[in-house]
Amino acid sequence: MTDTTTANEQEAAPQRDFSAANPGSVLSRRPPGSAFQYEAPSRNQLPALASGAGMVILGLGVAQLLAPRQVARSTGIHAHPALVRASGALGIASAVNILNKGRPAPLGLARLACVGLELTLLARSAMRAGSSGRRSRLALTGAGVAAAAMLDMSAALAQGARQGMGERSTESGALAVEKCITVNKSPQECYNFWRNFDRFPEFMEHLEEVSKISETRSHWKAKAPIGSSVEWDADISADQPGELLAWHSVEGADVDNGGTVRFERAPGGRGTIVRVELQYKPPGGKAGALVAKLFGENPVQQIDADLRRFKQLIETGEITTTEGQSSGPRSTMVKLIRKGVPG
Amino acid sequence: MRALCWHGAKDVRVDNVPDPKILNPRDAILKITSTAICGSDLHLYDGYIPTMEKGDILGHEFMGEVVELGSAVTNLKIGDRVVVPFPIACGNCYFCEEQQHSLCENSNPNAAMAEKMWGHSPAGIFGYSHLTGGYAGGQAEYVRVPYADVGPIKVPDGLDDEKVLFLSDILPTGYMAAENCDIKPGHVVAVWGCGPVGQFAIQSAYLLGAERVIAIDRFPERLRMAREVSRAETINYEEVNVLDALKTITGGRGPDACIDAVGMEAHGVGLVGAYDRVKQAMMLETERPNALREALMACRNGGVVSIPGVYGGFLDKMPIGSFMNRSLTLKTGQTHVQRYLKPLLDRVQMGEIDPSVIITHRMPLEQAPDAYRMFRDKQDECVKVVLRP
Repeated sequence: MTDTTTANEQEAAPQRDFSAANPGSVLSRRPPGSAFQYEAPSRNQLPALASGAGMVILGLGVAQLLAPRQVARSTGIHAHPALVRASGALGIASAVNILNKGRPAPLGLARLACVGLELTLLARSAMRAGSSGRRSRLALTGAGVAAAAMLDMSAALAQGARQGMGERSTESGALAVEKCITVNKSPQECYNFWRNFDRFPEFMEHLEEVSKISETRSHWKAKAPIGSSVEWDADISADQPGELLAWHSVEGADVDNGGTVRFERAPGGRGTIVRVELQYKPPGGKAGALVAKLFGENPVQQIDADLRRFKQLIETGEITTTEGQSSGPRSTMVKLIRKGVPG
Repeated sequence: MRALCWHGAKDVRVDNVPDPKILNPRDAILKITSTAICGSDLHLYDGYIPTMEKGDILGHEFMGEVVELGSAVTNLKIGDRVVVPFPIACGNCYFCEEQQHSLCENSNPNAAMAEKMWGHSPAGIFGYSHLTGGYAGGQAEYVRVPYADVGPIKVPDGLDDEKVLFLSDILPTGYMAAENCDIKPGHVVAVWGCGPVGQFAIQSAYLLGAERVIAIDRFPERLRMAREVSRAETINYEEVNVLDALKTITGGRGPDACIDAVGMEAHGVGLVGAYDRVKQAMMLETERPNALREALMACRNGGVVSIPGVYGGFLDKMPIGSFMNRSLTLKTGQTHVQRYLKPLLDRVQMGEIDPSVIITHRMPLEQAPDAYRMFRDKQDECVKVVLRP
């Protein structure tokens, strides 16, 4: 290992501000080389989905409580008004729990009980329903309850989620993806490998070509969904040999993007932790990113796989694969849904 | 070429498949001369290991002759006779440098999938599901060996295939299981399971200084092999209560170390056995850990429980209270075969170990499906099958 730099030297290294040079890039405003840290999750904001679900469930609950007979008639439910009122009370309790971001926690049980009671009422009514009109009203109500339950569940999942590595949105509206890997080489060796952008397509599956224009500028071409491709020029915005490398696209890029890679000495000098953060503005915004995901483009998985390939390449000199190996006859199902890499 | 392919649970067939090709500079292609069915292959056969795909070629115990080499392999020549370790290891990563080859960070192309299941990924393994790489195995006429400059060991002339074939897995696996027991002179070791790994664990425990080794099984022929070949005392768990018997034998204290050479498909007795069968069938747990539970309860205070048996997912009713309150140590892992190849080959050459004694059946590759069935059902006193392509 040739790693002799310390954290202090990294902090003291000069960092140039490139935002003035490239006013067109939202990413250029981000200072390169800021130290990695988790951001405290925002507890104060209620997601739009949760607040919407909460308000709808609250409204239904109030209606059930105040006018149980009318609600029963319009929904096709056949039950004692007291039961409808109970369901309404549970609904209000659920809504309070949802709107209060899942607190107090025991009230969360009301959310389960509410769905359970409503489904029971529905099922009982369905068994007794005589007229086809009532049956169709019940079917509609059933669909409504199911939709509310789904909304409730997704709100609960969102509220229970903890921050992990991976993907997040930045204030400027870009998507940021971060991943790290520990490599059995010195920080300088890892840096040297990354400084040579031409080699990126060897381990970054979505890159077709990176060519050098000048010492700090290069031209990038990447695969995009449905066989298309995107191109951009990128500038190196920070270059601290053996420690850090940052780059971002310049004006006129098909996809506004940038990245930082840090090379940290691993604990005990056992190699190097390579931390990559990529930021990009997906074409078509968040909706575009969602569409891309439907086509199997998951940026977190991609950067994860790219980093593994980088590690394989720099450590072993080749990329581990089973692609092209022999196998017995595969069924159509196996061809459609592969469990691993093709092989 | 002809190769044994997995088609589904309890359905393996010898199919015509394309010959393997060199895919990377550090690859080699072997013409298989001998290959064996491992007890752990039966977990695949029974369908208990997830992520198998129709068409996967099985087999991780094999040896053969080098017929083709990638450009970066310089330590082997065409025509060399080699035995191949079942875990695939790059030799360059942190774990390979630490001699923990079955934890190689680079050899599993499906590492992301393994991380979802197990938190982190172990090394790739030949013919053992897509969780460990989906590599084509060696129950075939030819096989591709990745990182061939690291794993395969050359076999000296004059040693038969049958003497060295088991260096690929079960001999080092039994040896590592015994080594993990931290045996000191005078120690008593108990071994659950008298299959091939159990037999080698018994023999290795003696080699490492154990005074008494007690073997536990229910098949008379396997218990006989443990007594007559591996020189163990034996307990038939269908006849006696194992915990009582071990206490009696050890004067109440329990064995200094216990080895679970059974794994995920342990045969259970009575209600608990039925309970595990039902849970496994309903996919509420993936293991039937009867041997492990018993080993944990039987081990003396402060002793070691070593697990060479294969487990895949989740188990329950683990006596963690016994484990914690009695200061036990649990040691396990897929075998770091590469680490043991040379020393064990030396022991075989010196005649200290004769691995071929456990072979009960020799069959052509074409009869592999019958061999699997026979081995699984323990028909014809089957302990170990060697296949010849």
